[in-house]
Amino acid sequence: MANTENANKTEFPKKNPLSMQIDLAKFAPATDEEKAQQEVMSESTTFFKDGMRKLLKNPLAVGSIIVLILVIAAAVAGPMIVPYGYEEMISVNGRRDKTAKNLGPFEWSKNEQRAIDSGEKLFPHILGTDEQCRDYFVRILYGTRVSLFIGFFAAILVLVIGLIYGSISGYAGGKVDMVMMRIVDVIYSLPDMLMVILLSVVLKEVLTPVIEGTFLARLGSNMISLFIVFGLLYWVGMARLVRGQILSIKENEYILAARSIGAKPGRIIKKHILPNCLSVIIISTALQVPSAIFTESFLSFAGLGVQAPMPSLGSLANAARGGMMSYPHKLVFPAIVICLIVLAFNLLGDGLRDAFDPKLRR
Amino acid sequence: MAKYIVKRVLLAIVTVLIVCAITFFSMNAIPGGPFEGEKALSPDVKATLMERYNLDKPVGEQFVLYIGNLLHGDFGVSLKTGRDIGTTIFESFKISAKLGGMAALVALIAGLILGSTAALMRNKWPDRVIVFFSTLAAAVPSFVLASLLLLVFCIQLQWIPVWSTQNQNYILPIIALSFYPMAYITRLTKTSMLDALGQDYVRTARAKGVPQIFVIFKHALRNALIPVITYVGPMLASILTGSLVVENIFTIGGLGAKFITGITTRDYPMIMGTTIFLATLMVIMNLLSDIVYKLVDPRITFE
Amino acid sequence: MSTNTSEYLLEVKDLHTSFFTDSGEVKAVNGVSFTLKPGEIMGIVGESGSGKSVTAYSIMRILADTGRITGGQVLYRGEDLATYDNKKMAGFRGKCCSIIFQDPMTSLNPVFTVGSQIMEAIRLHTNKSKAEVKARAIEMLELVGVNEPAKRINQYPHELSGGMRQRVMIAMALACEPDILIADEPTTALDVTIQAQILELMQDLQKRLGMAIIMVTHDLGVIADMCDKIVVMYGGSICERGTADDIFYDARHEYTKGLLRSIPNVNNSKERLIPISGTPINLLNMPKGCAFCSRCDKAMKICLEQKPQEVSISETHQAACWMNIKKMMEEQAGGANA
Repeated sequence: MANTENANKTEFPKKNPLSMQIDLAKFAPATDEEKAQQEVMSESTTFFKDGMRKLLKNPLAVGSIIVLILVIAAAVAGPMIVPYGYEEMISVNGRRDKTAKNLGPFEWSKNEQRAIDSGEKLFPHILGTDEQCRDYFVRILYGTRVSLFIGFFAAILVLVIGLIYGSISGYAGGKVDMVMMRIVDVIYSLPDMLMVILLSVVLKEVLTPVIEGTFLARLGSNMISLFIVFGLLYWVGMARLVRGQILSIKENEYILAARSIGAKPGRIIKKHILPNCLSVIIISTALQVPSAIFTESFLSFAGLGVQAPMPSLGSLANAARGGMMSYPHKLVFPAIVICLIVLAFNLLGDGLRDAFDPKLRR
Repeated sequence: MAKYIVKRVLLAIVTVLIVCAITFFSMNAIPGGPFEGEKALSPDVKATLMERYNLDKPVGEQFVLYIGNLLHGDFGVSLKTGRDIGTTIFESFKISAKLGGMAALVALIAGLILGSTAALMRNKWPDRVIVFFSTLAAAVPSFVLASLLLLVFCIQLQWIPVWSTQNQNYILPIIALSFYPMAYITRLTKTSMLDALGQDYVRTARAKGVPQIFVIFKHALRNALIPVITYVGPMLASILTGSLVVENIFTIGGLGAKFITGITTRDYPMIMGTTIFLATLMVIMNLLSDIVYKLVDPRITFE
Repeated sequence: MSTNTSEYLLEVKDLHTSFFTDSGEVKAVNGVSFTLKPGEIMGIVGESGSGKSVTAYSIMRILADTGRITGGQVLYRGEDLATYDNKKMAGFRGKCCSIIFQDPMTSLNPVFTVGSQIMEAIRLHTNKSKAEVKARAIEMLELVGVNEPAKRINQYPHELSGGMRQRVMIAMALACEPDILIADEPTTALDVTIQAQILELMQDLQKRLGMAIIMVTHDLGVIADMCDKIVVMYGGSICERGTADDIFYDARHEYTKGLLRSIPNVNNSKERLIPISGTPINLLNMPKGCAFCSRCDKAMKICLEQKPQEVSISETHQAACWMNIKKMMEEQAGGANA
C-alpha cells in the first residue's frame, strides 16, 4: 500500500475513519442553490457602458473633456460677457480712441483713463488691444470660436462624405468598388498641403466676385475654399475606413447567419458588428477635429485663412509676428490656445481609442 | 514584386500629371492673367509678353507645351525677378534639403531611442516622462513652435543669432521641424516595440535560451522597426510641408520660402514651378516608402 | 516513504502560479505536483483555463510579465530552479528542457529564415563552428522529416506549410538534445491528417533520442496512444492521475468522467452528446472547496467547503474527489460492521 510516487498524496487511514473529523452529514448531496453560490459571474455590461466606464477612469481623457468644455464655454459665453466686439475699435464716449492702440494687458488708453477718473466704469482689456485698437481678448475668444467651428464642421464634412462614399463602395463591391478605390488611391497620393494652399489661392481669386453680397462674404472666400478643399481631399481616409468595416460586416454576416440557427442576423449585426464599426468611426472623427484645426491655423498663419477682420487663432498668431519683439503676449496667447485645443482633442481621441477600440481589448 | 513596383510607379506618374494639370489650369483660371494689375502696359508690350510666354495660345496647348518644357528641365522664368525658375528652385532646394534632411535624422534617431526606452521601461518613470513630452510635442504645430523659439531664443534671450546666409545656424529650425515627427516616431516605436514584445516568437526566443538583451534587440526590434521605416516617407513629406512656413519665420531662403513668396506676389510661373517640384518630390518619397516597406517585411515580398 | 529525489528528472512540488492583473489576482495553478522520470511520456489534459499551459511555462520560467510563481518548487535533477540566476536559466532553456508551442506560424519569427532560427538555438548552447552548426541544422531538419532540408534552411516561415513549420519547431527544440521536451498543444492548430503525422514523428523521435516528453493538450485522443501516464487538470489543480487504462476505463473523478462522456463516438451515431454543464471556473474568484463542484452532478455539501485531497485507488491511479473518500469510508464502515 506504500506509495512509491508522489509523497503528498494521502493514504486514507484505515484504522480511524472518523479521525479526520468529517461530519457525515456533509456527504449529503449539495443543492442547486448552494452550487450556484459558488459561481460568481462578472456583471455583464453593454459595450458602450463598458467603454464609457473605461473612458471616465482615464484621468487624461477626463481632463481633456473638462478643458474642452471650458474652452467651448469661454468661446461661446465669453463674447457675451466682454462688452467689446471683435472688430470694434475702442471708442470712448462715442468717439474713436486712437490712443487705444497696442495696449498691454489690463492697461488703459489715455482717453479711457480720463473716463475712469471721471467716474465711468470700463471693462478691462484683459489682453490689451491690437494695432487696430480692438480688444485682443475678445478677438482671441472669437478666434477660438472660428477655429472650433471650422474644426467641427470640417470633421463632420469629412465624416459624411467619407461615410457615403465608403458605404457605397463597400456594399456595391465588384467593379464599382474597384474603380471607386482607384480614385481614392489617386486622391490619397496627392500632396494635400500643397493642393490645399494652391486651391486656396485660386479659389480666393475665383470666389470673391461670386459670393460678394451674399452672407457667405462674411465668412470670407478663404473659409469657403477651406471647406471646399476639405470636402475634396480629406475624406479619403474615412472612406477607406468605412469601406473596410462594411467589408468585414459582409464577411461576418453570412458566417453568423449560418451559425445562428434561429437568431436573426440583423440582431447580431446590431449588437456586435455595429458597435465595432461605430467606435472606429467615432474615434477617427474625433481625431479629425484637431487635424482640421491644425490645417486651418496653418493656412491662416500663411495668410490664406479666414478673412480679416474675422479673427482665427492662426491669423492672430501670424499678425502678431510682426510685433513679436515689443508685444510677445500677442503671439503667445493664440499659440497656447491652439496647442491646448489640439492637445485636448488628441488626448480625448487616444482615450476613446483605449476605451472603445475592440482590437486593443485584452 | 515587380508587378507591385510597376503599379506604384504608374500611380505616381499619374499623380504628378494630375498635380501639374490642377496647378496649371487653376493658375489660368484666375481672372485677370499675370499682367493685369501691374502698372499699365501698352497693348504692344502686352502682346509681345503674351507671345513670349505662350499665353496667346489656347490653354490646352499651353499645358502641353509647359509639360514639354518641364521634361527638359525648363521651368520657365519668374515673372517678378526674371530669373530662370529652374535655377532658383535647385539653389534654394539645396538649403531646404540640408535643413529637412538634418531634421529628419534628428527625429528618426531621437524618436527610436526614446520610443524603445519607453517600451522597455513601461509604466516606470522614464516611460511616463517620455509619453508626457511626446504627447505635448505632438500637439504643437511646427509654425507655432518656430515662432515661439524665435521669440524666446533670438529676440528675448538673444542666445542664437537670426539666420542669414553667412551665419547659417540651423539649430532652431531643426528643432521646430523635427519636433512633431520625433513625437510621432517615439509613440510609434513604443507601440510597435510593445506589440513585438508581446508576440509568440519572443516567447519562443526566450524558451530557446536567448539572453534577454538579444530577445529585445534582435528578435523584437527587427520587427518593431518595420512600421517606423514605412513612416519615413510621410515624415519627409510632413517636414517639407512644415518647412514652407518655418523657413518663412526664420527668414531662411529655402524652397518653401520661395513658394510662399510666389503666392503672395502672384508670381504664377514661380508658383507652378515650385508646386510641381515639391509635389513630385513628395510623390517620389511616398513611392520609395511603399517600396521600402515591401522590401523590409519578408512576409510581403514574396507574394 | 522517502523517495530518492535524484532519480527523477523533474519534480514539481505543490506549484502555485498566479497572474497579477488590473482586475485582480488570477490563480492559474493551485497546488500541482508530479514527477517525471527520464524517457517517460506524460500527458497533461484539461480544457482552456485549466492551468496546464501555465504549469509548463512555470517550469520553463517563461511566464508573461504579470505572472509569478507564488509557491512550491520545481526541481530539475534535484536542483531547485528558483536558485538559478538568469544566465543559468537561459542555459537550462533549450538545452536541458525545450518547449514547442501551439501555433508555429506566430511562434517563429517572421523576419528570420527558419535555418537561422534553428542555428541560433544550436549556437547558444554548443561551441560548434559555423559550418558544424549549419550541418547540424540540416541534420535536424532531415530528422524531423522536412524534405530538401538544404533548401528549406533559407526559407522564411510563411513559405512553409503548417505541418512543416511545426516540424521546424520540433527540430529547433531538439537540436541541443534536451532531456525534457514539453509540447504545448502541438497539434491543435494543424489539420487532422497532419496531426497524426506530427504525433507519429514525436513518438519516433522519443524512441530514437530518449527524451522525456510532457504533452499538454485538451484532446484525450492525442494522449491515449502515446502517454505512459496522464494527469487531468481543472481549475489549476489536478483532479486525477493514472495510466491510460486507469483514466479511460476506470475514471474516478466526475470531471474526467464528464470529459470522456463528451467525446463523440464515431460508431454510435445515435448516442447523444452529453456536455459538462455549467461554465468554466472564474480564476479570479476561486471557491474554497473543490474547483469543479458547481458543475458536478454528484456534488455534496462537503465539496463546497473543503478541497478534496488526492486518494490512491491503485498504485498508479489517484483521484482528488470526495466521492472516493466517501466510498472508502463506507467500505471501512461496512468492513468494520462485517
